[in-house]
Amino acid sequence: MSSVSMVVNGKSVSAEVEGRTLLVEYLREKIGLTGTHVGCDTSQCGACVVHVNGESVKACSVLAAACEGAEVTTIEGMANADGSLGTLQQAFQDNHGLQCGFCTPGMIMSAADLLQKNANPSETEIREWLEGNICRCTGYHNIVKSIQAAAAAG
Amino acid sequence: MPKDSVIGAPVKRVEDVRLTSGKGRYTDDFNVAGQHYAHFVRSPHAHAKINGIDKTAALAAPGVVAVYDGNELVGDGIGNLFCGWGITSKDGEAMKMGAWSALATSHARYVGDAVCVVIADTKANAKNAAELVDVDYEELPTVATMEAATAAGAPQIHPEAPGNLIYDWEIGDLGATDAAIASAAKVVEIDLTNNRLVPNPMEPRAALAQYDEAEDHLTLHTTSQNPHVARLVMSAFFQIAPEHKLRVIAPDVGGGFGSKIYIYPEETVCVWAARKARVPVKWTADRSEAFITDAHGRDHITTAKMAFDADNNITGFKVNTKANFGAYMSLFSSAVPTYLYATLLSGQYKIPNIYCDVQAVYTNTVPVDAYRGAGRPEACYLIERMMEKAAGELGVDPADLRAQNFITEFPYQTPVIMAYDTGDFHTTLNAAKDAADVSGFAARKAASEAKGKKRGLGYSCYIEACGIAPSAAVGSLGAGVGLWESAEVRVNPVGTIEVLTGSHSHGQGHATTFAQVVADRFGIPMDTVKIVHGDTDKVQFGMGTYGSRSGAVGISAIHKALDKVEAKAKKIAAHLLEASEADIVIEDGAAKVQGTDKQLLWHEIGLAAYVAHNLPEGLEPGLKESAFYDPTNFTFPAGCYIAEVEVDPETGVIDIQNFIAADDFGRVINPLIVGGQVHGGLAQGIGQAMLEQAVYDEDGQPITASYMDYCMPRADDLPMFKVSTHETLCPGNPLGIKGCGEAGAIGSPPALVNAVLDALSDMGVKHIDMPMTPTRVWAAING
Repeated sequence: MSSVSMVVNGKSVSAEVEGRTLLVEYLREKIGLTGTHVGCDTSQCGACVVHVNGESVKACSVLAAACEGAEVTTIEGMANADGSLGTLQQAFQDNHGLQCGFCTPGMIMSAADLLQKNANPSETEIREWLEGNICRCTGYHNIVKSIQAAAAAG
Repeated sequence: MPKDSVIGAPVKRVEDVRLTSGKGRYTDDFNVAGQHYAHFVRSPHAHAKINGIDKTAALAAPGVVAVYDGNELVGDGIGNLFCGWGITSKDGEAMKMGAWSALATSHARYVGDAVCVVIADTKANAKNAAELVDVDYEELPTVATMEAATAAGAPQIHPEAPGNLIYDWEIGDLGATDAAIASAAKVVEIDLTNNRLVPNPMEPRAALAQYDEAEDHLTLHTTSQNPHVARLVMSAFFQIAPEHKLRVIAPDVGGGFGSKIYIYPEETVCVWAARKARVPVKWTADRSEAFITDAHGRDHITTAKMAFDADNNITGFKVNTKANFGAYMSLFSSAVPTYLYATLLSGQYKIPNIYCDVQAVYTNTVPVDAYRGAGRPEACYLIERMMEKAAGELGVDPADLRAQNFITEFPYQTPVIMAYDTGDFHTTLNAAKDAADVSGFAARKAASEAKGKKRGLGYSCYIEACGIAPSAAVGSLGAGVGLWESAEVRVNPVGTIEVLTGSHSHGQGHATTFAQVVADRFGIPMDTVKIVHGDTDKVQFGMGTYGSRSGAVGISAIHKALDKVEAKAKKIAAHLLEASEADIVIEDGAAKVQGTDKQLLWHEIGLAAYVAHNLPEGLEPGLKESAFYDPTNFTFPAGCYIAEVEVDPETGVIDIQNFIAADDFGRVINPLIVGGQVHGGLAQGIGQAMLEQAVYDEDGQPITASYMDYCMPRADDLPMFKVSTHETLCPGNPLGIKGCGEAGAIGSPPALVNAVLDALSDMGVKHIDMPMTPTRVWAAING
């Protein structure tokens, strides 16, 4: 066991973990942030996407220890300062971009990274970007619309 | 009245604030003090005798508190898992169900069959110790396919089912159907495989079981579509604890699609083990485990003949289907290829003579049960592939052949039990044709040809049965339970309302649509209405959500309870306003005396009911009513789907150019949510048609047991969909709702296959089985 510290959603956190502890386990089980989900065991589904130092990563595929000192943003850190839904979160609600909600945190975190890299993506660019995020409920139709709406809202 | 929350308005979902913020609470998000973890030791063999289990090393491993096996489970009196719908074979014999212990005792019958459970203080310790359990397996010959299972001299999976045959069932009139075929002007024949699918809700199954020793009471948090049914089955059949000693909570559940209806070994073992080991036990499936334990769907092989007279009217339809049940009979499995399949074989068409027989077969594979659509997708696929093939052989337009044979007068009694109450099949066909710009297809096809691509257009006119179902009717067909729904409406003294429903939402948005129905009724703001579900300690009873029943049955129960609340509220208002009850209307959040300006606000009625200082003589205080609603018939959603595809003949890659859905779901409560349900269903149907298949090798080893191997539909596999709804109200329930949850998955596969075959028709391709992967398409083109 060793101590791993990082900044999650702007707050410094620290926990004792085994070397094999994954970032997603650290967030869910040590820090208590259960918004980041685990939907598979082969790094395919993207339910666990978070941002590490500004880049989207699958938190099931990176060790917590590798994130020592990193700035991590999870779905819990995506709301506006006043607590209201952030632009992407609001766009997902407005466009019925979620149903069961299990893939949604990963979808939003992934989409947020897309929009910071490409402020006005085409439908094709959105669909290709989401290749690593699986949703079983929506058929992606309204997810694409949500991301388009968020892009339009800036 | 707040007009933005009435029935029919596209209200944004109230649950989304929580779910988009990471504040959803799914089963694995719950943790309790002293929590331990279960890890299951599973058979790596598809068929094996268990000669012994050595648990010594595992029990000595760090953090392990218990290692339990099937003999201990049976020794504690825990009953077998079972199928709750009895089917009678042609010869009058009852279906032959093999014993299924939650932990295998003498035999393992599929790869993944649970043999032992290890309970340890951490996930890692449980997993490590499971590696140390030494199971002495004696491998047995395996039957991985229905063909192998039904061959003469095939290895036997269960002693109760000779020849691995569970039942050989029939419906319809064999003699009349044979006569129709014998005298037909044209007989069209088809052989089809309906591919085996894995439901794959994004949240894997999970359980957290706690035993309260002081109260001798168990609590199970679990990923269930029907927590009351889970409690009923665990109490009455598995004998884990009586119902009042067992609370089942299904909190936020991340999708189900049927796979979370069933009462599985893992959840059962967790509850039993929590009491036995005296520690809270948590188990969360990883995805690989889900692939080899969640009930699979479909897996039919069908051969059929359809007879036409000289005017192209259908005169008969004869069908034989073999249904793969896997290694054990899952909870509703028997009903899927019988009463949920063969009863829909009339489709949207007048077919005077229908006969179908079905053989249900055990194989050494994961159990198969209802998956989104459950029997109706298989029926629709057969009928709609048949209609398209028939149109080709008869040399007529496929839409015209369908339209000519449409049922147009209702009610319509089919020859296979179902009596359709209403529908308008011409309207949905024409709406879909308009949206698809069918008249412009020839020009688009020519443009595709010019760039070396093949373009095709395919139809599917589906009908399905939702709102399962009238209790007495399903009882007469073998169901072990009634399929009503319950609701309780509690008006609080301040006028806010809690609705307790036996339906369960795992993505369907009940917190929104159900609240719309309540807000609409009294003209009160939606945010004063709360929907409570998924907890057996809060909701008295319920049958849960599957078969697109929550609107037609669940909302109808709420409607019925609202009637009672409204009646009592009117009595109170009439008394306080000194008016006749008949003159009171409740609207815009107030009880008003018609023709006057006298009114009582909704919260004033609530307060008056509870303060009870001045109530009509004989009226009880309080304002809370409950109702059980038992449907009078199934409901019959129907519609027309059109797929237009472009196929690259060089690579076999299919590009979906257009996908149209024109549906009749009866009354739509929230078009935003209904649209989403259609999109999701279409994606699963398109997944079946183009991408998905659970594959086993001949030894029964699963080849597709992860997202690396099983092709889930991704965003870049799918187009934007063009969906529309066309209401004919269902006469059988108070709001006229038919149901919308499964239509997309039911109607879409044949539309796509028909479109691809249309595209390749001039290349000599007459048949492709699903999934239409580029390899298969290329092989079909190149012989």
